[in-house]
Amino acid sequence: MSIGTGTDLGGTGLGGVGVGGTGPGDQPGGGPLPPPVSAPVRGRRIQLPRSPKIIAGLAMLGAFLVLAIVGPIVAPYSPSASLSTTNGVPQPPSAAHWLGTTQVQQDVFSQLLAGGRSTILVAFLSGIAATILSVLIGVSAGYLHGRWADDFLSMLANFFLVMPALPLLIVIFGFLSSSGATNDVLIGLIIAITGWAWGARVLRAQTLSLRSRDYVESARIIGERGWRVIASEILPNLMPVVASSFLFTVLYGVGTYTALAFLGLVNPEHWSWGSMLFQAQNVNAETSGYWWWYIPPGLAVALLGTALAMLNFGIDEFINPRLRAAGVTRRQARKSGGRGLPRRFELGLTPVVRNRPAPGAAASTAAASTASTGAASREAASTAVTSTGAPARTREQTS
Amino acid sequence: MRVIARRLLFYIVTAILAVTVVFFIPRLMPGNPVEAVLSHLMGNVTPGTIRSLELQYGLNSKQGLWGQYMTFWVHLIHGNLGVSTSYYPSTVTSVIRGAIPWTIGLVGVATVISFVLGTVLGVLVAWRRGTWLDNLLPATTFFQAAPYFFVAFIALDIFATRLGWFPTGRAYNQLDFPGLNAAYVGDVLDHAILPAATIVLCSAAGWIVGMRNVMVTTMDEDYVLVAQAKGLAKRRVVWYAARNAILPSVSGFSLAIGFVVSGALLTEIVFSYPGLGWILLQAVGGRDYPLLQGIFLIITFAVLLANLAADSVYVLLDPRTRQEA
Repeated sequence: MSIGTGTDLGGTGLGGVGVGGTGPGDQPGGGPLPPPVSAPVRGRRIQLPRSPKIIAGLAMLGAFLVLAIVGPIVAPYSPSASLSTTNGVPQPPSAAHWLGTTQVQQDVFSQLLAGGRSTILVAFLSGIAATILSVLIGVSAGYLHGRWADDFLSMLANFFLVMPALPLLIVIFGFLSSSGATNDVLIGLIIAITGWAWGARVLRAQTLSLRSRDYVESARIIGERGWRVIASEILPNLMPVVASSFLFTVLYGVGTYTALAFLGLVNPEHWSWGSMLFQAQNVNAETSGYWWWYIPPGLAVALLGTALAMLNFGIDEFINPRLRAAGVTRRQARKSGGRGLPRRFELGLTPVVRNRPAPGAAASTAAASTASTGAASREAASTAVTSTGAPARTREQTS
Repeated sequence: MRVIARRLLFYIVTAILAVTVVFFIPRLMPGNPVEAVLSHLMGNVTPGTIRSLELQYGLNSKQGLWGQYMTFWVHLIHGNLGVSTSYYPSTVTSVIRGAIPWTIGLVGVATVISFVLGTVLGVLVAWRRGTWLDNLLPATTFFQAAPYFFVAFIALDIFATRLGWFPTGRAYNQLDFPGLNAAYVGDVLDHAILPAATIVLCSAAGWIVGMRNVMVTTMDEDYVLVAQAKGLAKRRVVWYAARNAILPSVSGFSLAIGFVVSGALLTEIVFSYPGLGWILLQAVGGRDYPLLQGIFLIITFAVLLANLAADSVYVLLDPRTRQEA
């Protein structure tokens, strides 16, 4: 990935607003790659779109991953150790305890550091397992369209989609162990069982639209085997969707694991941000003003989720360029040298800041850049993209 | 109509599957469900209790698995979900019946408000793209990612504990006389505002982003351009675009409603609101398996009904689905 190098694209500091991510202009012959996805052509670097959302999301996610690895090691105290037996009142933050203490004088900061590992591990485990499931089921269902296998798999996905997941998980975890689950791998896998359906549905829809494309048809006519067509023709073109559904599932995993731990279904001594919230709730920290106890874990969960959601939005904007135009402000427009770029939305005109010289690939995606209203056409000096070839609506695919 | 009939069939099958799952989960887990339940009854055990539990689970009888399954269905159809162990000796049905009105009142109303509010805001944000309204989006990202109960914690701490504007929990004052008198109704509303606001704040974010994204795409459609070119008032143009853009939101309802209900139940817990979420917490705390199963079934059925309603609305809104039939 070449995030932040900013040299081959003129280094405008635009954060890549409007750069479709289909490879920089110095790699000619890429040809117009059909949206919704740009195929990572073999032998080339995969270019991640350098939108500020993606950069910020990746940075935050990286920080959380580092926290997950080193957190329990650098924690100043043991998260379960009572540091004083005489005091029964949570202490506010001090020099000795940066985030204060709990009811039984445990160090909140240490708990926060130690709890990150379990939370992030479970979230990513469930994300990975659910993504594998959804690719297997979604892509095969889409590829086998029209046969009973597709009907069956779609039905299965729909079933898991309408079933309220959290109550189901509560029942499962309730029966699993009376003192609460402690095994991160097991928890992650169980959460994954309820979290794959959304991704499978989106992937099935995308596979359906891909399988009738010419290049897939020709691969089939040549006599490629089914699994090979899927693995080398379809799957690479599904990558952005897979990535998006992976992030979505990790986000789901964070929320679900935290909720389960908050309910006390995970052993409270198994430190995670959810179990910290469980213990805080147990002594009514929120109505007693012990903000230092419940704000850190809750904020950590929220920020981790925000990082994942931001990455997801970045990918969405990458898949569907029309969502992206919102980022073009007057300042950015001036910087890019686009004169008279409409600051406000103009009907029929999607302003896209393009770095010059415009990459050939992006220009062809832009198809016919006409169709602007009378008012807007005066300002058509700025590049207007009517993304006719853009994918179906992101939201519609998901539903 | 055929569309709806087909969906109805799907939901019926799903409901049957849900019941089957609930039947099998305790039997797949290690140990004997009766022992598991008994271990949490703590002294309240009489031979009669054991007998009724065994009957409930169909153990100890000569029935095979299939027979047990049938018995489970017969009990279910008669509304017999067993005896709650944490509210012993109340039955699961009566405990749930006491909690449901609160949940429907709070979660139902809050969900409708958030859907309407989120959709309208989403249209606005899309229409005024590039203005200050875009700044709403990062905030919605945060609220989409934050757990409902964490937002509830903060709301409770700030507005109830510190500022004292709202009560700190429960659905009404213990000293009230429940009934249709002004004091009681006002008190119930007073207690509902903060939890409802929390649910709306958290769930509206998803609707805003979803509606905005579809709206942005829809506004590039030719018919919107034509409407604008014909010189229709801007308001009418937005209306046409929004009417078409709302379809994915309605069909995405099935995905969202499960999340919203789950989040809302956790919100109830933070506010000690005596709805399903609260008895769910009691059931989890006391490992009250019969009650857990009952709550799961009730929530599943409610979500399926909400889905059916959303499907019907979709058919009403989109003539294409009617033509296919």
